[in-house]
Amino acid sequence: MIQLIAFYLFAFLVIASAAMVVFARNPVHSVMWLILAFFNAAGLMLLAGAEFIAMLLVIVYVGAVAVLFLFVVMMLDIDFAELRAGFVRYLPLGALVAIILAAELVFALGAWSAGGIDLAARAAPAVADKSNIQQIGELLYTRYIFLFEAAGIVLLVAMIGAIALTHRQRGGTRSQKIAAQNRRRPDEATRLVDPGVGQGMEL
Amino acid sequence: MISVGHYLAVSAVLFTLGVLGIFINRKNIIVILMAIELILLAVNINLVAFSAALGDLVGQVFAMFVLTVAAGEAAIGLAILVIYFRGRGTIAVDDANRMKG
Repeated sequence: MIQLIAFYLFAFLVIASAAMVVFARNPVHSVMWLILAFFNAAGLMLLAGAEFIAMLLVIVYVGAVAVLFLFVVMMLDIDFAELRAGFVRYLPLGALVAIILAAELVFALGAWSAGGIDLAARAAPAVADKSNIQQIGELLYTRYIFLFEAAGIVLLVAMIGAIALTHRQRGGTRSQKIAAQNRRRPDEATRLVDPGVGQGMEL
Repeated sequence: MISVGHYLAVSAVLFTLGVLGIFINRKNIIVILMAIELILLAVNINLVAFSAALGDLVGQVFAMFVLTVAAGEAAIGLAILVIYFRGRGTIAVDDANRMKG
């Protein structure tokens, strides 16, 4: 019973906050609703017994992706009212596409629950006496090690790409020139002079 | 009792909302990227629901891969957005015709 209540709570909140992401006027509010949607989706996944994915969702999405969005939204100086201009104009087309898509999904759901597709072959059956995280770890580091490494490569490429795209050499700043400093020799940097008494020094 | 159908219904609504968000926020690429994240979240809920219903862990492994790709995509998308803003001073993408494609 409590599971059912929790499920409906999480499901309602995830859908409501997803709607608010799409319809909110201010993108900063959109990001906040996105964070709420991710938290509630993590709750849904916990209910399904996928603890690892739920924690990953909180850490990766809320901790990294949502903060990245917030950072970019606040860093750019954008007139958001102007960006809202086409909202009403695109609404009929968007609603039409959404309704068609929803109808197709309902149709697919009905066709699936009517049966007929044999999903009997299990690639990696879950075992009852181990925790979800332990099972995923055993699977991820043995059979799916190449997938795991591919995920690492994807993240590396994304990181290098993002840095290469946004990095720029700023003009007008003085930075340390290490090569020039190392190339400097004592005989060109210092000089020995013998000033006469009371004559002072001229540099 | 919660069945896999409940989860599929939630993820179907979430997916539809994401697609609707792409269409109605045509100008604001930040919200478009957030809508893409919602779509990928719907896909992840679907994968996890089937993984739990069928007692098969591969769905969750694949959900992790989808999550990785979503994070990379958000990083690259926002980087492109930042350099686009730097060059043009706006992020209105419905008239993005710089490459004449």
